[in-house]
Amino acid sequence: MKHIPWILLAIIGASALAVVATARGEPINALWIVVAAVSTFLVAYRYYALYIARHVMRLDPMRATPALYRADGLDYVATDRRVLFGHHFAAIAGAGPLVGPVLAAQMGYLPGTLWIIAGVVLAGAVQDFMVLFISMRRDGKSLGELVRMEMGPVAGTIALAGAFMIMVIILAVLALIVVRALAESPWGMFTVAATIPLALAMGAYTRWIRPGRIGEVSLFGFVGLILAIVFGQNIAASPFWGPLFTFTPQQLCWILIGYGAVASVLPVWLLLAPRDYLSTFLKIGAIAALAIGIVVMAPPLRMPPLTQFIGGGGPVWSGGLFPFLFITIACGSVSGFHALIASGTTPKLIASEMDAPLIGYGAMLMEAFVAIMALVGASILDPGIYFAMNSPAAVLGADPASAAHAVTAMGFAISPDVLVQTARDVGEHTIVSRTGGAPTLAVAMAEIFSHVVGGAAMKAFWYHFAILFEALFILTAVDAGTRAGRFMLQDLIGLAVPSFRAGTSLLPGIVATALCVLSWGFFLYQGVTDPLGGVNTLWPVFGISNQMLAAIALMLATVVLFRMKRQRAAWVTVVPTLWLLICTLSAGALKLASSDPAIGFLAHAARFAAAAEKGELLAPAKSMEQMRAIIFNDRVDAILCALFLAVVLSLLLFTIRTCIAAYRDPRPSANETPAHAVAAE
Amino acid sequence: MSRVWRHLRDMARLMVGQPPYEAYLDHMARRHPEAAPMSRTEYFRNRERARYSGSGGGKCC
Repeated sequence: MKHIPWILLAIIGASALAVVATARGEPINALWIVVAAVSTFLVAYRYYALYIARHVMRLDPMRATPALYRADGLDYVATDRRVLFGHHFAAIAGAGPLVGPVLAAQMGYLPGTLWIIAGVVLAGAVQDFMVLFISMRRDGKSLGELVRMEMGPVAGTIALAGAFMIMVIILAVLALIVVRALAESPWGMFTVAATIPLALAMGAYTRWIRPGRIGEVSLFGFVGLILAIVFGQNIAASPFWGPLFTFTPQQLCWILIGYGAVASVLPVWLLLAPRDYLSTFLKIGAIAALAIGIVVMAPPLRMPPLTQFIGGGGPVWSGGLFPFLFITIACGSVSGFHALIASGTTPKLIASEMDAPLIGYGAMLMEAFVAIMALVGASILDPGIYFAMNSPAAVLGADPASAAHAVTAMGFAISPDVLVQTARDVGEHTIVSRTGGAPTLAVAMAEIFSHVVGGAAMKAFWYHFAILFEALFILTAVDAGTRAGRFMLQDLIGLAVPSFRAGTSLLPGIVATALCVLSWGFFLYQGVTDPLGGVNTLWPVFGISNQMLAAIALMLATVVLFRMKRQRAAWVTVVPTLWLLICTLSAGALKLASSDPAIGFLAHAARFAAAAEKGELLAPAKSMEQMRAIIFNDRVDAILCALFLAVVLSLLLFTIRTCIAAYRDPRPSANETPAHAVAAE
Repeated sequence: MSRVWRHLRDMARLMVGQPPYEAYLDHMARRHPEAAPMSRTEYFRNRERARYSGSGGGKCC
């Protein structure tokens, strides 16, 4: 009897999905996608998460969690599950689920929608949930330590090195998105720059005036942000200030590298913590507002369900649907990065094992919902505008007329006037080739928000609000990520040179910070100077690395299930592992060795090297030096891809070996912390 | 109503790495009655440092 409402919900979800999947010709309403996603997620949470909790993990309400048996009021605090859900969601939600789906919209809304829904239910949420479970049963240890415990020290070190490389790529690609969003945009640049003095003032306030008053200082900061957006318009229009805040991508690249180096060695209370408050609360607020806006506006989807680019040859990113769609939407469907969060602070805060499904599985469903909203955002725009914003300048030419011509030739009719008018509506000089996903999403958010509040007159405000919201939390991530990367690097080098570990002296910290900034700075510079806009090159590398980390996390989960002698239930993690391995290994191999220069790094390098040999210049290089830079970058990217492949393949071997050994062992061999019973109060 | 408000406040503070100070005081009173607990401000600083130095930092996707 209790199943009847769920069956009804499943029928509603399936019907909505059928409408989404079979719609041809007439544009359908975005709410069909929302309904299909939400009902699938609820049913999956009610049945699949429960199945995993009961039959795969066998969660035990009487078994004490680390928050109980190690309680210290600091790191280990038993926390109400709703409160913890908010904490965990805020920690996993970031730029990834917003950008990936926007880029994926080049194939139409259907492939992305289906991959987000199926991917999160069967892979992404399972991964987060399993890692949370594994860490929770081991005193809240981190992913690297968990791999070391269950698969041996060599596997642990390989995983740690892999995680560091992924961190570098994530930071580079995030910084690149900021560069693309703020280049040649004095309004956006001013508002983002204004957050620095604002954060410093907030930092001083929480340090000396009213320590710990996060609420009031955030409110003060929020008012400051709104004022910065409003005044940004005057700054941009001013003949004196406007040019001062107008930067080329190269200039912004150097500014960001300098910013990253300085910000990551400042005391945390001065800049990072206060900006973290702003970006966290703004992020949650903007996501909630976007959800409400989409429901109120109920916009039709103007993007077709499928475009001609599913076979490859799209301007936004290269390659066909398989495997590249599945690495383009990484976060939102399945994100390896979450394995670091689910084995970070969250397992130390969980009050009861029975809360794990809501936190591990539930929060990831919520993140997938964010990804769905981003996909909806990109799909409600005129496809002509979408492709004019997201295609590289090499395809579009410099001005609206050439861009409109190129996009119309792709089959998405648009006039130059519409491009000019759209740019004017959002208060920018141009929207042509504003790649990286963030500006596209900002135009969509401006469309949705201005429909609900303020009308067309408010569009420019909302556009810059959206840009600020994205740039703010990306910059916070760059800052926090540089610090985290620095500690990872110190741990890694510390394995060989023990005196390099954190806490011993000042110098190793500075060296590690410099190495970390230089690493992501290198890829950022490469992306900024890339003729195809950089996102084209870097996003797939990021996607591959992120999905590989997910595969590693799921392999760890498989090993643990085998060692618990629950191999019969291991299909829950084996199926998504296999799918991720198929996608990432084939994508990695294609990026490395495809003979198509648009896809394969080595083929691209070979083409340029052959031309350079003959003394010819290939567009977009304008000198022999640039030719050599392109060849060098290609080779570095190829080496990186090869390293990722090596990391994942070696861990696959460790996984198989450990699983076989565990299977032969007649007794369970998982290294769980011995059970403590929940104390009777 | 006040309970909902408290939950929302706790959630917002935990999102930026600040567990409730009351829970800490409670813990210290029960488990370490002999030790002097940190003041509210000291506790805030302690958690601030813990959040941003070390493995707790990175979040992106």
